[in-house]
Amino acid sequence: MGPEDHVRGDGTETIVYLDLACPHCAATWVRLSGLQLQIAFRHFPVASKHPRAPALHAAVEAAALQAGEPAFWGLVDSIYADPGRVDDPHLWERARTLDLDLERFERDRRTAAVIQRVRRDFDDGVRAGVVGTPAAFVDGRPVSGDLASELAL
Amino acid sequence: MIQVGERAPGFSLPNHKGEDVSLSDFRGRQVLLVFYPNDFSPVCSDQLSIYQEVKPSLDAAGLELLGVSIDHSWAHRAFRKHLNLDFTLLADFHPKGEVASRYGAYLDDYGTANRSLVLIDPEGVVRWVHESPTPLEIPGANLIFDALAASD
Repeated sequence: MGPEDHVRGDGTETIVYLDLACPHCAATWVRLSGLQLQIAFRHFPVASKHPRAPALHAAVEAAALQAGEPAFWGLVDSIYADPGRVDDPHLWERARTLDLDLERFERDRRTAAVIQRVRRDFDDGVRAGVVGTPAAFVDGRPVSGDLASELAL
Repeated sequence: MIQVGERAPGFSLPNHKGEDVSLSDFRGRQVLLVFYPNDFSPVCSDQLSIYQEVKPSLDAAGLELLGVSIDHSWAHRAFRKHLNLDFTLLADFHPKGEVASRYGAYLDDYGTANRSLVLIDPEGVVRWVHESPTPLEIPGANLIFDALAASD
């Protein structure tokens, strides 16, 4: 885990590569949240498979830029809890609920810095051998099989 | 599987548009054959999607990626559209699995190709081969980049 990572929770250090538009990730997220894990969220949007994914990852980074980690996690949790509604009006609604300034949110999520921040995680994931989402690493080793079940052990 | 150092067996297969594509069309370029069992199965989809995401880097390295499965051209056409893939998919459909067999990549028990990668250099010689130990193990894109770096 690095200083730039988004980290939440206590327990086994677990790096998780996630696609915010991937249904498998949404299902896994709910289960992971109930486990004793210190989770580092790494962006892994597979744009060709989920065209909406890059925008969602940029959105959560924009939330972090503006209002820190609580806003980041708030938006991630919100998206995974209701993954069917992620068009722009839905994102604005979620941003409002998190008390974000919409104009700034809209600007930030389109900046090169945000897009690069997401891309960096993605490239790290590819280098680490990530081939699909969700993917997790504990002690530098990939977790195989059903993530939530494996990490609950 | 075919071994490093062997001459890559030539072939001519229809692509997703039904046009014939030959290995010799790519003489002078590096080619990566991506053998995989089936279009539309959940495991394959992730593999080719990841390769699609890093395709700009593969293009920059001058690598031509050719997917090969026993599916028909029509299936390839739909699969490419479904996953928004740019690269060529070849139909090793008739005779079934004949090209995969030439590369030692055909699984008689399953009637599909295995999951393997074969890197062929510009002179048509096999430079790197990776065979997934189990059909569920997807070769990460990192393996391709490592192989390209090693062949430089």
